Amino acid sequence: MTPSASQDPIVVTGLNHSFGQGSAKVQTLFDIHVQIKRGKLTTLIGPSGSGKTTLLTLMGCLREIQEGSVRLLGEELFGASNETLNNMRRRLGFIFQAHNLHESLTALQNVRMGLEVHGSAHRHEYDAAATHILEQLGLGDRLHYLPAKLSGGQKQRVAVARALVGNPEIVFADEPTAALDRDTGLKAVGILKRLGELRGTTTVMVTHDHRILEMADRILRMEDGRIVDQT
Amino acid sequence: MTRLLLWWLGRMPIGWLQLVSNKLRFFAAGTGVAFACILVFVQLGMMGSFSEATRSAYRILNADVMISASDCNGLTDGSNVARRRMYQALAVPGVREAIPIFVGKTFWLQADGTRLELTVVGFDSTRHSFVGPVLEQISVLPLSNHVLMDERSRGLRPGQLANVSANSPLWIEANHQQLAVAGTFSLGAGFAGDGFMIVSDQTFLRLFPARSSAAPNHILLNVESGSDPEDVAARIAAKLAAEAVLVRSFSQAIEQDVTYQTTRRPVGLIFGFGVAIGTLVGLVIVYQILSTDVADHLSEYATFKAMGYKASFFRSVVMEEAVILAVVGFLPAVVATLGIYSVMAKATGLPIAMTWERAILVLFGTVLSCSLSGIFAMRKLTHADPADLF
Ligand SMILES: Nc1ncnc2c1ncn2[C@@H]1O[C@H](COP(=O)(O)OP(=O)(O)OP(=O)(O)O)[C@@H](O)[C@H]1O
Ligand SMILES: [Mg+2]
Repeated sequence: MTPSASQDPIVVTGLNHSFGQGSAKVQTLFDIHVQIKRGKLTTLIGPSGSGKTTLLTLMGCLREIQEGSVRLLGEELFGASNETLNNMRRRLGFIFQAHNLHESLTALQNVRMGLEVHGSAHRHEYDAAATHILEQLGLGDRLHYLPAKLSGGQKQRVAVARALVGNPEIVFADEPTAALDRDTGLKAVGILKRLGELRGTTTVMVTHDHRILEMADRILRMEDGRIVDQT
Repeated sequence: MTRLLLWWLGRMPIGWLQLVSNKLRFFAAGTGVAFACILVFVQLGMMGSFSEATRSAYRILNADVMISASDCNGLTDGSNVARRRMYQALAVPGVREAIPIFVGKTFWLQADGTRLELTVVGFDSTRHSFVGPVLEQISVLPLSNHVLMDERSRGLRPGQLANVSANSPLWIEANHQQLAVAGTFSLGAGFAGDGFMIVSDQTFLRLFPARSSAAPNHILLNVESGSDPEDVAARIAAKLAAEAVLVRSFSQAIEQDVTYQTTRRPVGLIFGFGVAIGTLVGLVIVYQILSTDVADHLSEYATFKAMGYKASFFRSVVMEEAVILAVVGFLPAVVATLGIYSVMAKATGLPIAMTWERAILVLFGTVLSCSLSGIFAMRKLTHADPADLF
């Protein structure tokens, strides 16, 4: 391993993954090797069922690693303790296909949850920080709305705000633009790209949106559980 | 409220917000918990009044040590004791004085057809040191066939005995004897009978001609000042070891009676069982509510888990919900119980009342059972990969 590789925020080597048990066992990822550089926007493309989401969740500490190695921000995830995983998750931001907002919390409160995970030492600043990022995403007039009162695109923007409010070192996004209209989708990706340049935030995103692919620093193409093409 | 909880918990009061976001379910949940609380309160109230009624009967008397037959389980229970035991006991160092106590049952058929089952306690009423604190009007008893009656006996009309006195007694008939109710005291009915009637030993033997003055039901003793009733009881017991008698300090006799009534008699067992059922019903209700709630929010919780929230966070959210449900159910339950108690006390004449101890016990029990079910409901989340829960 070269010195520069060890500093990369994401280093995946020999990763395999299967779902199911016994005879129903189906392997979905085969011998994945990939390194992702700091501050870059990397996109993951490929046909449905090719294993994009599986790879993303494995890199993002959302699934236990069965075989192979994922080094995230210098820490090995294979066999990592719950404690390590929890601490690691706090340094990441997730934007899911489904927005997964908490239905009983307002937009502001949902975003606040992205800060509260870091403890209560700076809690007095949380509301201001959450308000600020929601305003940036054009939701300044929807702060106290419950998710049920927001449109699909607005909900997704709240989810984006929640993922970004804690200044994550890596952002994982799984087709975040699916529920966003094209302009806000691009706007969100624009923010991510700017964060990459300003703070060195690394982004890995599953997408099929051509305009986003044009902005990407790198495109990984997956097919049948393998990375078949890297640009 | 949200702000208060936010400040107090130091985090978003998710549990609270979740509960109030579904008003109907919250209401149903609170009602369910309240219902279980009331169930437990009523059973505990019955059990408490049962102990209280058992205990209060002893307030007729005042003594340090009691000698009863070995098969005796309470004041109104057991074989007779030979009066000779009293003389034997009097010879034991530390014993100052002793009297025999007679207990019997009789009926008073009132003019309107109501029949009262009365427990009759007879003893030498001139021995004031043995007279219990409730009997203030004891001075009338030496008069032949004069009696004191519990004004709170079940079956009496309200105020029926309000105006009786030595000068204007209420004449009643029991065991073919004319008795003058010349005074009252206030005790309350028990489970054993409708009320108590106090008579002198002479009147007792006239009422129950088959009973002999040589065979009372119990013997009461007072010890010399400075002697310990337990020690003296032990000494008497040693001396009477060969006889079929039970020698206990008075307070010990009371406690053993209460224990017997509440744990060995079917009535006591039924109330104990009722408490268990009430607790179980409460547990099931709260578990149902909380596990549905956890299931409904599983993907939201999984998102929090993905964000790095620890298992302890989720436990504290469910605990928060559990405590809120416990309090929300408990408070109306206390109010309802106070009403139920007063209705029950009126209807039965039993001493049923709320005590601080019981209220605190039930509150703790509610919070505990709610928390237990909450933690149980949370198991599913803590063991799963977040990615499998979305
Ligand atoms: N939880 C699961 N249990 C069993 N099989 C799964 C599970 N999740 C995914 N799979 C299977 O693994 C394979 C890869 O799924 P994955 O979700 O990673 O694909 P994807 O590239 O994200 O597809 P899409 O573009 O449709 O989202 C598929 O064949 C899918 O059926
Ligand atoms: Mg997918």
